[in-house]
Amino acid sequence: MNLVRKKLVYFYFILSGLVILIGIGSLVAPSGLKLGIEFSSGSTLSLDFTENVTQDELRQELSTLGYEAVIRNLEGEAYIITLPVITIEEKKQLEEALTQRLGELEELDFDTISPAISKDIGRQASIAILVASVGILLYVAWAFRRLPSPFKWGSCAIVALVHDVLIVLGTFSILGRLFNIQIDALFVTAALAIVGYSVNNTVVVFDRLRENLLLEGSHNLAQTFNRSIVETLGRCLNTSLTTIFALLALLFFGGITTHNFILALTIGVTVGTFSSIFIAPSLLLTWERGLK
Amino acid sequence: MRSNLWSFVLVLIFVVSLLVVAIPDIRLLKPGEGDFVREGFRMGLDLQGGTRLVLEADLSQIGDESPDNAMKGAMRVIQDRVNAYGVSEAVIQRKGDKELIVELPGVKNLDEAVNLIGQTAQMEFKEPKRDDSGKIIENEKREVAEWIPAKGILDGKEVALTGSFLKRTNQVVLDPNTNAPVVRFEWDKDGGQLFEQITGRLIGLPLGIFLDGRLVSDPTVNGVIKESGIITGLTLNEARLLAIQLNAGSLPVPLKVVRPKSIGPSLGKDSLQKSLTAGELGFILVLLFMVAYYRFSGVVAGLSLLYYGLLVLAIFKLFPVTLTLAGIAGFIVSLGMAVDANVLVFERMKEELRKGRTLRAAVDRGFSRAWAAVRDSNVTTFIACIILYWFGSRADEPAIMGFAITLFIGVAVSMFSAMVVTRSLLRLVLTTPLRRRASWFKV
Repeated sequence: MNLVRKKLVYFYFILSGLVILIGIGSLVAPSGLKLGIEFSSGSTLSLDFTENVTQDELRQELSTLGYEAVIRNLEGEAYIITLPVITIEEKKQLEEALTQRLGELEELDFDTISPAISKDIGRQASIAILVASVGILLYVAWAFRRLPSPFKWGSCAIVALVHDVLIVLGTFSILGRLFNIQIDALFVTAALAIVGYSVNNTVVVFDRLRENLLLEGSHNLAQTFNRSIVETLGRCLNTSLTTIFALLALLFFGGITTHNFILALTIGVTVGTFSSIFIAPSLLLTWERGLK
Repeated sequence: MRSNLWSFVLVLIFVVSLLVVAIPDIRLLKPGEGDFVREGFRMGLDLQGGTRLVLEADLSQIGDESPDNAMKGAMRVIQDRVNAYGVSEAVIQRKGDKELIVELPGVKNLDEAVNLIGQTAQMEFKEPKRDDSGKIIENEKREVAEWIPAKGILDGKEVALTGSFLKRTNQVVLDPNTNAPVVRFEWDKDGGQLFEQITGRLIGLPLGIFLDGRLVSDPTVNGVIKESGIITGLTLNEARLLAIQLNAGSLPVPLKVVRPKSIGPSLGKDSLQKSLTAGELGFILVLLFMVAYYRFSGVVAGLSLLYYGLLVLAIFKLFPVTLTLAGIAGFIVSLGMAVDANVLVFERMKEELRKGRTLRAAVDRGFSRAWAAVRDSNVTTFIACIILYWFGSRADEPAIMGFAITLFIGVAVSMFSAMVVTRSLLRLVLTTPLRRRASWFKV
């Protein structure tokens, strides 16, 4: 089994490239990411209706009441409604009006974030992402310090990480268009956790690669690369699989409030495993070959 | 061999004590029957339901007082109010220089919570401004045009009468004549003196009772009053809140609610049940996978995973860690990641066996040589958790903090359980006749 045959390598690149392109297409098109109220300010109100209420009916009633709302179905007759900032008084009136028109309802939760606070959360998120990026660069530099050319290897590892984040972002952009799924603070959390998880898979593969290169020299690069991948495959796949099992259980049987968070983690861990095993080493191999 | 047995016995004793701490009630293991709160786990607001307020203090008018003291004072007042309101286990925290976070588990009425906590509850007594002939100056609507603070002389100084002279014995009673709820208050010694002077001066005139600058009632003074009085014109709920607030005292700084949030109890309960079911399912899947792939070593890893789960739960409880939905998700995710260390060790063992070493030697070398990899592979997750915790606390998102902390604990414990517990169990197994069956370890 040769996992780094030219044809396969092209296949990995084309597959990932396509997925990323579609994602970027959705991201750069107008309203590429639907931001949650943590980042865009506003109020969310989750309501559970006793009677049968469709999303369209709810939207209709809300627009009659003068609210331009984004609605997402939670499950059954429960909806999460995103509105511009409303006061507690306005919320009460809205609930009364909806009860009159659509029947009894239960308020599941309510949250309001003012523009000032959302700006602050956005700033904190940027700082966290910045600190994490610097931390990862430092970690990669440290982990690869004994490698023949740390810059080249490090770049490939970073490209693999950017690849993971881009795919998760792109997927959520498309999900946002289809199901009004929003980018909230928990999404940023998932993204950072994915990066932390994925980078060490890449490091494990590269570490084995380094060991084997030292033993065998670089006269048959492809063979050494393939051997290293196969040798670490068990470890990478097994730890990812067990994590994915736990995530899938949460995704299909867990609660609705953390559903999107778990979804982001599941996609991220899957893509991260793929990129650590296939993208990062393939990139490095292509680079080494091309420069020779 | 003897030391192996001893280390196993030690681990066993540890496991049993963990079991007692973590799960005194076996029903907890069956979703729907146990009660996590009763078992001593600290539940986050998203699991219990309740109200969460972020308040910002206006520190511009505190004068000479230090902002720190003003904030501490505000927290004390809020604590008193919340206690009197009857909320158990409310959490009042400071965030930054001028913000407070108040969590009220079980309080459903957001409106009332905002009123209870956000109101400064500064009570002032005022008298109508009069012209030189003593007649009240009125506006077009024939109302009092201007209220001025009602003052009296205390120790030779002119002092305005405010709620700070009230005894902490205010209570709601029903007016025997009208049956309307009223707040009955009593003056302390100084307040009594002032009230005596003021009512003596205002006989036949209205006395304005103001709460945070808003006129609550303006009864006409019928005679000199010294000790006590009542405030009318309130609904029962308003009266109840006012009595609580007057007893707790007024806030030393005005607070503004900047982020009101309420969480219904049903959503959290439902999600908790589902997450626990998912956790059990995930655990079984991971276990099956490990046994299918690593055979007997997988069984041992499964045992240490069980131990891992108990230890994490015990830490959650003893610490205590506030459990949120995202936190429970973090725990379940860490369950999947927990086998990482075992996998690293078992893969090493496989390699050692392939090199022709005995099972015993393979186990020892597997553990010692995998340690560097185990350590390195968890470093990034630890770093990510620390950054996330910091982000969560700055962005004021308990869910993120919960996830970061449970994932961190989970991964740390998993390293321990893999490196210590699995090793001790495997070594013990190797003292039994099982050691001759290398194929069972399918490595």
